[in-house]
Amino acid sequence: MTAPPALHLSGRATIDGAPIFGPISIDAPPGEWTCLLGPSGVGKSTVLRLLAGLGDEVAFDGKVAAGDGAPLGGRVALMAQADLLMPWLDVTANVTLGARLRGMAPQRGRASEVLGRVGLADHAAKRPHALSGGQRQRAALARTLIEDRPVVLLDEPFSALDARSRALMQDLAAEVLAGRTVLHVTHDAAEAARLGHNVLLMTSGGVSCVTSPAAPTPRLYDAPETLGFQGRLLRLLMEAR
Amino acid sequence: MRRTVHITGVALVSLLAWQAGVTLADLPRFILPGPDLVFVTLWTSRALIAEHALVTAAEVLLGLGLGAALGFASAILLAASPLARSVLRPMLVFSQAVPVFALAPILTLWLGYGLWSKVAMALLIIYFPVTSAFFDALMRTPPGWLELARVMNALPGRTLWRIRVPAAMPGFASGLRLAAVYAPIGAIIGEWVGASQGLGYLMLLANGRAKIDLMFAALIVLAVLTLLLHAAVDVVCRRLWDG
Repeated sequence: MTAPPALHLSGRATIDGAPIFGPISIDAPPGEWTCLLGPSGVGKSTVLRLLAGLGDEVAFDGKVAAGDGAPLGGRVALMAQADLLMPWLDVTANVTLGARLRGMAPQRGRASEVLGRVGLADHAAKRPHALSGGQRQRAALARTLIEDRPVVLLDEPFSALDARSRALMQDLAAEVLAGRTVLHVTHDAAEAARLGHNVLLMTSGGVSCVTSPAAPTPRLYDAPETLGFQGRLLRLLMEAR
Repeated sequence: MRRTVHITGVALVSLLAWQAGVTLADLPRFILPGPDLVFVTLWTSRALIAEHALVTAAEVLLGLGLGAALGFASAILLAASPLARSVLRPMLVFSQAVPVFALAPILTLWLGYGLWSKVAMALLIIYFPVTSAFFDALMRTPPGWLELARVMNALPGRTLWRIRVPAAMPGFASGLRLAAVYAPIGAIIGEWVGASQGLGYLMLLANGRAKIDLMFAALIVLAVLTLLLHAAVDVVCRRLWDG
């Protein structure tokens, strides 16, 4: 993996003339986990799509850049709320999909190492339909990891999981993605309070940075400072228009 | 099991109604023979019927195989190339405005009275349903998968082969299921227009000689062949692509 760059996005976006967000400015420091927290419909996912080089449907007037000035293309991995596993491939083949899509030989050794890391070593030969929701997201995380990109964009990847699986996935993701520049879109204040080195609050009024507790991430879900931070984030969400 | 009982029951009731209709209305056997006579003929003429059924089955299977292969390739070409789409799609749609039946005499003229004019008919009749079902499925790949491929810097050809084609196989399967029912129609029409073998030919021959029982026997064999083909295609499609 190359050195993780900072991420920057500023400007305004519309789809078919309807405003989506902006003008806003978002900065994610290099090698840190930044949560973009906000209610549904404020354009968080659009921010992520623009950073991923997607969003052809969006008319964007502004700037998307990496801190080191080099293009972002090829340095970004994306993990969405849907696991996007191919039902006709087994877990190993799903995890090594990227290499095959680029016309390269799949790295099976690396795949089993990564699957071991996310706790799916015993499920490598299974098809996605034979996995639970949490296991499917682990497979998606393994697929993200094997790409070994310095920038990882997460679009509410844990929001469909039950509370226990979600907390476990948060711990796992924080562990395996440490050292990369992560921008994590979420509408869950508890999740942002646990995972964000930095938390950006995005509302229809714009984006503001909320100071995070000093405790290392992933913060304990029942630690007073995590709960206090979660409460503060929720209050800010409630007070925003 | 319940389904088998159900189907057998419906078949028995239909046969009874058929026999009752013939007996009560006192219909002459050259208008509508009873099922008893048809089944006796089916048994006594089994060698003759089997000989012609084999020819029809060969025509249908060849037409189905070639038509499915051609439809598969065409749909991929259309999905992969916007240029092919803009040129070929209007032609494809226009070609459907020409009734395939009307082409049968021309195909017989070009390809002769043998096997290949019937294969061509079966092929033509299934080509559009297969192409259209598969092409539609290829154009409806879930956008999330395509975006994932883009972020992974996938080569377009690889995205097509590794994601769009496998994702569209259920669509190809529904085209094939339709094709299994349509292909025999094409072969039979080809045989009616000009042939010296096949169930369609046998039916015309029997009709001309007022052997209506033989005609019905051939018709029953044709229907059974079509049902078996559909069932076989269905089993293969389920195994491979539906889960």
